[in-house]
Amino acid sequence: MNSPSALSSGRSIAKKVIGTPSVGPLLVLLAFGVIFSLTNPRFLATQNLSIILQQTVIIGTLAIGQTLIILTAGIDLAVGAICVLGTILAGKLANSGYDPVLAMALAVLACTAAGVAAGGLIAGLRLPPFIVTLGILGIITAALRLISAGGAFSVTDAFLGWTGNTIRLNGFILTYGVIIMLLLYGLIWFLLNQTQWGRHVYAVGNNPEAARLVGIPVGRLLLSVYVLAAFIYGIAAWLALGRIPNADPNALQTANLDSITAVVIGGTSLFGGRGGLLGTLIGALIVGVLRNGLTLAGIDPLWQDLITGILVIVAVALDQLTRGKR
Amino acid sequence: MTQDQSARIPVMQAVGLKKHYGHVVALDDADFELAQGEILAVVGDNGAGKSTLIKALTGAVIPDEGDVYLDGRKVHFKSPLNARLAGIETVYQELAVATQLNIAQNLYLGREVRKSGIAGTVFRQLDKKLMRNQAAEHMRNLGIRIQSINQKVETLSGGQRQAVAVARAAAWGRKVVVLDEPTAALGVRETGQVLDLIRRVKDQGLSVILISHSMPDVFAIADRIHIHRLGHRAAVVSPKSTSRSDVVAVMTGALEPEAVQSALIAPPRAA
Repeated sequence: MNSPSALSSGRSIAKKVIGTPSVGPLLVLLAFGVIFSLTNPRFLATQNLSIILQQTVIIGTLAIGQTLIILTAGIDLAVGAICVLGTILAGKLANSGYDPVLAMALAVLACTAAGVAAGGLIAGLRLPPFIVTLGILGIITAALRLISAGGAFSVTDAFLGWTGNTIRLNGFILTYGVIIMLLLYGLIWFLLNQTQWGRHVYAVGNNPEAARLVGIPVGRLLLSVYVLAAFIYGIAAWLALGRIPNADPNALQTANLDSITAVVIGGTSLFGGRGGLLGTLIGALIVGVLRNGLTLAGIDPLWQDLITGILVIVAVALDQLTRGKR
Repeated sequence: MTQDQSARIPVMQAVGLKKHYGHVVALDDADFELAQGEILAVVGDNGAGKSTLIKALTGAVIPDEGDVYLDGRKVHFKSPLNARLAGIETVYQELAVATQLNIAQNLYLGREVRKSGIAGTVFRQLDKKLMRNQAAEHMRNLGIRIQSINQKVETLSGGQRQAVAVARAAAWGRKVVVLDEPTAALGVRETGQVLDLIRRVKDQGLSVILISHSMPDVFAIADRIHIHRLGHRAAVVSPKSTSRSDVVAVMTGALEPEAVQSALIAPPRAA
């Protein structure tokens, strides 16, 4: 008597596991892990795994903001530029004698202001996110080169580098930055999955017309998403200074590609309304593992970009195909 | 007020609505009347101004002239939100559901309930369990059969999606539910299911405005039929005493409304 229901509940659990959006990305992550550990025994050393986590911090944090924006069916091409704006401003201000806490706060504020500009243009004037953020990318990149006269400079302040401090955990070396990133994931996950705001982010990305008809203030919601994302990019700037005590206007050139790849590989649809942060964390780790594993294998960074580019196209193609089936 | 009197006050009424778009006259001295607890079908040829009429009643369009009354009181809806707050819910023709959200999430979209206590007030956490349970009960009360309230709407058939949209309107509409071509995209069997659902919405005490092109649907469930032509109400007839062909003839202008002996409301002025 019991066996049929036990069987069907077993089946429904299996169905649930396969149906859970993050399972696919997790399998991809494990597959890359297996491949790289077979080709290089050093890959699985706790020291190397710690390094992967640390290398994932910047892209992983930027990908949180990118996820929010892509969930609304938007895209942010200024993600790296806004983060670099944060590092340059914080570094310049601190180096010219400002209190480092104030310097960092002002830098985060400047990043957030860039989000206000992007969100305002997208929500208020209904301009396409692609064009708005591309424009902001150009503006910020040029402005930064003018401010910093094209050159990188070192930032040695203790507070600005604070996120690079480490704690040891069973041989793992975690930076404060890694912990801050994980806390941000937890916080934004809660907002997305447990609050009305998060529910409305999904609804607006899925069907903005339906969202408007049920009375969701679509413009205000979009603005809040771009502002929160840019604030997170500002935090990412602090984490970046903790990783490398250097502010470089030419840094994070691949941040667009890497953050979008992390989001899309993580199962969030570019069409909006589908996906989530857990997948993005896994996606960011996939990008991190890929770059780390290829570096260990002695492969030129240009090949890493090439492979990441292929990966994002494959992920988008899969998204398109599964969407067509529905 | 006795029940007899209150029953005679239309739940919704409009007098002399006018709306111009440049030189185009969309509403030309249009009257409207919806009785308490009835299903009123609104029919009319393309371009007759049905949708402008409905928009003027639900706050999506502000008329240039004329008055709208709800329960005998004059109302001035500035937006669809005003109308919603007054108890009028509209299901628009383009399926107004979020397909990536599940049924419960769609029923509560824009009206999510937070947990009580600190979790809700400080952390703004949603009470998902309460919303799931109440959504499931609501769907049961309306006789809509679904596998699970947690199903994403994208997994539902067209008829089931429409049922979710109608259920949503019935859940929040306190007075009037407006349905814009609810069966336009549906097959025969699903159409029947949606019509049954509309009857149950009426049974719950709501008044229903049904905009439809489908004469079989209109004659199957409407209590009265409002025929719209050239921007105003040509006549109101009963499906029991007026034939389909007469309704179509008045709609298209082949028959003068005065010629319909069985009309409940004759045109107010000579043509």
